[in-house]
Amino acid sequence: MLELNRSQKEIQKAAREFAKGEFDKELTVELEKKREYPHKIWKKAADLGFFGIQFPEAYSGGGLGVVEACLIAQELCRKDSTLGMVLTLSGLGAECISRFGGKELQERFLPPIVEGEMLCAVALSETEQGDDIASIGTGAVAEGDQWVINGNKKYVINGGAAGCYVVLCKTDFDAEPEKAFSMIVVESDREGVAATDLGQKLAANMMPATEIRFDNVKVPAGNLIGKAGQGLSQALSFQDEVRLILAAQAVGTAEGALDRALDYVKQREQFDRKLAQFQVIRHKIAEMATKTELARLIAYEAAARFDNGKADTALISMAKMSAAEFAVAVADEAIQLFGGYGYMTESEVEHFYRDAKFIQLYMGTSNSQKDNIAQSVIGKLK
Amino acid sequence: MEILQYTEEHQSFRTRLRAFMDREVAPHVEQWEQDHIIPKSVWKKMGQEGFLCPALSSRYGGIGGDFLHSVIVVEEISRTNHSGLATPLHSDIVVPYIDSYGSEELKQKYLPGCVSGDIITAVAMTEPDAGSDLASLKTTAVEEGDTVVINGSKTFITNGINSDLVVVAARDMEEANPHKALSLYLVEDGTPGFKRGRHLEKMGFHSQDTAELFFSDCRIPAENRLGTKGGGFVMLMEKLQQERLVVCIMAVAAAEFMLERTMEFCRDGSRHEKPLSKSQAVSFSLVEMATEVKIGRTFLDKLIMDHMEGKPVIVETSMAKYWTTDMVSRLAGRCLELFGQFGALERCPILRGWRDARVMSIFAGTNEIMKGIAAKFMGL
Repeated sequence: MLELNRSQKEIQKAAREFAKGEFDKELTVELEKKREYPHKIWKKAADLGFFGIQFPEAYSGGGLGVVEACLIAQELCRKDSTLGMVLTLSGLGAECISRFGGKELQERFLPPIVEGEMLCAVALSETEQGDDIASIGTGAVAEGDQWVINGNKKYVINGGAAGCYVVLCKTDFDAEPEKAFSMIVVESDREGVAATDLGQKLAANMMPATEIRFDNVKVPAGNLIGKAGQGLSQALSFQDEVRLILAAQAVGTAEGALDRALDYVKQREQFDRKLAQFQVIRHKIAEMATKTELARLIAYEAAARFDNGKADTALISMAKMSAAEFAVAVADEAIQLFGGYGYMTESEVEHFYRDAKFIQLYMGTSNSQKDNIAQSVIGKLK
Repeated sequence: MEILQYTEEHQSFRTRLRAFMDREVAPHVEQWEQDHIIPKSVWKKMGQEGFLCPALSSRYGGIGGDFLHSVIVVEEISRTNHSGLATPLHSDIVVPYIDSYGSEELKQKYLPGCVSGDIITAVAMTEPDAGSDLASLKTTAVEEGDTVVINGSKTFITNGINSDLVVVAARDMEEANPHKALSLYLVEDGTPGFKRGRHLEKMGFHSQDTAELFFSDCRIPAENRLGTKGGGFVMLMEKLQQERLVVCIMAVAAAEFMLERTMEFCRDGSRHEKPLSKSQAVSFSLVEMATEVKIGRTFLDKLIMDHMEGKPVIVETSMAKYWTTDMVSRLAGRCLELFGQFGALERCPILRGWRDARVMSIFAGTNEIMKGIAAKFMGL
């Protein structure tokens, strides 16, 4: 089992204290209502080094691992699942630049993203449902020393607000899927980039989500991440990394819902007893605690293996799927324990439930995680 | 054979109501969801067309229908993909308190307005410290000659902002037995000492106004008491059965609606290379959910019939309330997953249903309370 080292414990503590000091549930409600990005908190979090902790130190990163990034995501989500999720997805896509980008790209993009100067977004899926990244039509054609990009991405988190998009494009129209795609960075101020708001969401409305159209967008050849043809494997590895972060967000979301439910059942009295004295309530709490613990165990096991160079895609899918399911179940039960109050915005647990569901729906639902897991567990049939 | 025997009159009531919903409700739902309230004018239009309190006798302006008319109203509201138009609460839950327990004078005074939509009602039971545990209500009523003085606060009250007339549960502090201390009183909007508190923000049911109510030395005429003094607990217990049954109808109808929308999405071949429903896992999920909905519908229809025949169905109603409301939430969650990340957008046709479904296992008695009641009546 993963034992946190001293530096990891310090990071965990720093994230916990930051959230305690800066997060405010009324502010969350207000930002959600106005659909306004938490700019101030984002900048403060950046100043304290909470972003890009797994990126190279040379480019403002922390030089540490995904486990550390998970600890931050977990602690922030525990205090406020909405803010935690939004902040830890603020540089979405930068993972690709950090893992696979050349020195020049890293220099240009990583410091502003890590330092809270620029939001980043990733543009992968082209269906509304979002599972199948191999069926992508956005194309990039090399013309001289430029790429010319055309296509339409359906669902881009941070779209419209991001300074750059990491875009999965088809670059070889004759090749097998393994070699047909490339990842290209597109600055959002390039001509021909247009964002269309997707409207209100299930959760995290302070974080924009848009469709992004690329209409004859020209970017320098150097905006290609790594080499042409490596896009699909980069995207899959990127998904693994982000799914680990999402799993950690789910762990924190479950913990946060459990914390609140525990406080409530210990103080709320009905029928002349504390709720925490009823056996059925105690068992509900026991199940919630068990699910939270299971989520934590699998998420960190998967993250630790990733950091040790033994990334296990199936285990990551298992972690993303089960941590999200557990978080949904725990937050759902938290609402039930709160009763009518749990359904009210002011109780907070209702947004933990919506956030947990959002995590479950984003970057592969349980069905698509099961497809991944089965592929790996069953292997190729003779 | 269908379990519920709808007559031609019922069918034409449904047809007229559906046309009304298409015309007067569906086009405005988005706006009402944003406004967090529904204009009172909609209630009046419903009243004009005979869709409010359909079970009331023609003596008070009703159409003299039966509970099947109420079932139809709940089902047709569900089809408009929102849950905020709380006329079933008014017609089938609050007004029956007045109809069953009110004096003839009270009935003459209020029921015609309830039918026409000029009077919107609410029932105020829940308090900040008393939800499941009705016997621990703290709002007090002191009867002083021909007036009653009410003090206390209520919360999570449906129609809390729009209501013109509220049935308030309050206790007599002199009476030690909590089951004999409660009485029900009618309090009109505008009575001095009756104030509305916050219009509460919720996870769902956005178009429905949920609010706090405050009573501070609120004086009402003694004749505004419903039934006998101290009879409140028994009245509540008696009427809660129909309230819970209404919630079951809402739950099953919402599940049917969401499943239908999800199947449409999954069958739509234009969105993906092949329709999602051709995925074996998706089709099995849909079959499982359709099975649950059918089981729920069959159980519910039988229960409606038994309820209308006046059979004792307290155990079955408790079972149905917990099972159908858990089912609708479970189904909503599974359906949403089939939409994938599109399910996380408000434009997904069932996201509102998912948010609205979550409270059904809580209101009208939490599902834990339902299991407690069933256990008690099953002799456990």
